[in-house]
Amino acid sequence: MVFKRYVEVGRVVLVNYGPDAGKLATIIDIVDQNKCLIEGPANITGVSRQMISYSRLALTDFTVKVSRNARQKSLSAAWAEADVLAKWESSSWAKKLSSKKKRASLSDFDRFKVMVARKQKSAIIAKKMKELK
Amino acid sequence: MAPQLKVNGVTGPKKAAAPVAPGKYYPADDVKAPLQNRKAKRNAAPKVRASIAPGSVLILLAGRFRGKRVVALKVLESGLVLVSGPYKVNGVPLRRVSPAYVIATSTSVDVASVDVSSINDAYFARVKSSDEEEFFAGDAPKSAVVSDQRKADQKKVDAALLKVVDATPMLKAYLGARFSLKNNDKPHSMIF
Repeated sequence: MVFKRYVEVGRVVLVNYGPDAGKLATIIDIVDQNKCLIEGPANITGVSRQMISYSRLALTDFTVKVSRNARQKSLSAAWAEADVLAKWESSSWAKKLSSKKKRASLSDFDRFKVMVARKQKSAIIAKKMKELK
Repeated sequence: MAPQLKVNGVTGPKKAAAPVAPGKYYPADDVKAPLQNRKAKRNAAPKVRASIAPGSVLILLAGRFRGKRVVALKVLESGLVLVSGPYKVNGVPLRRVSPAYVIATSTSVDVASVDVSSINDAYFARVKSSDEEEFFAGDAPKSAVVSDQRKADQKKVDAALLKVVDATPMLKAYLGARFSLKNNDKPHSMIF
């Protein structure tokens, strides 16, 4: 079993638990086997510099080129250069998260409209399938 | 239970009337606090939760029309909510409904153009049935006869209401459909 995502300085992570849950951050230093130092950068993702356990993080595919313990200024410059936000938003992981959020926020009327749209879609597909038979 | 608020060591209904400690001086005899005026509460306008406002779409949870989605028109003096289907859309007439047996959705329509000022609690008072003879003789229950007055009012209210409902796409179909819980629905986490 080969690992592809490593805990390293510059690894972009998704915070899973705690007050910053759901936000992206970058590992900027490693404390020990259980915890590391992360930062947003705070002006881009809103995660301030803090020590956090790995069990609260999920590693993503993306890394940024920063040196250990980088300042927020160089970190945000590296984020802009690597265009992390755009890459993240276009990943299917991020799209699934946002669609889950959207579904949870639907009102009763919205759910009715979704139901009608799904029925129309399946009717079109069924019709096409019949033609192809 | 939330901790009871205390003002000068007095809880409950007398709290508002409790005298403020003046400092070093206090009267030699105890000053009796005036009893609470309950008439003010009785005559006050009925309080109904904020989500039930004129124009909001409600889901009826109990009674003959359970599951129907319905438009709230106004809150009557008794605290009940006046509601209309509209009748043509889902068969619910001008009717009173208890706010406790209703889910208020976040969808609403503008009912400023619908005139329901003449409809109040007295409008729905039961018509006195004729005499005892009918009570003793009749076996088959007589089907309810809807008065012409009700039909006329229903038509008038629904004419204005349907115009507003038709303005929003799919709203008419939404009101015509019944609400039900499906598999995997978690009502405690659903936003209505």
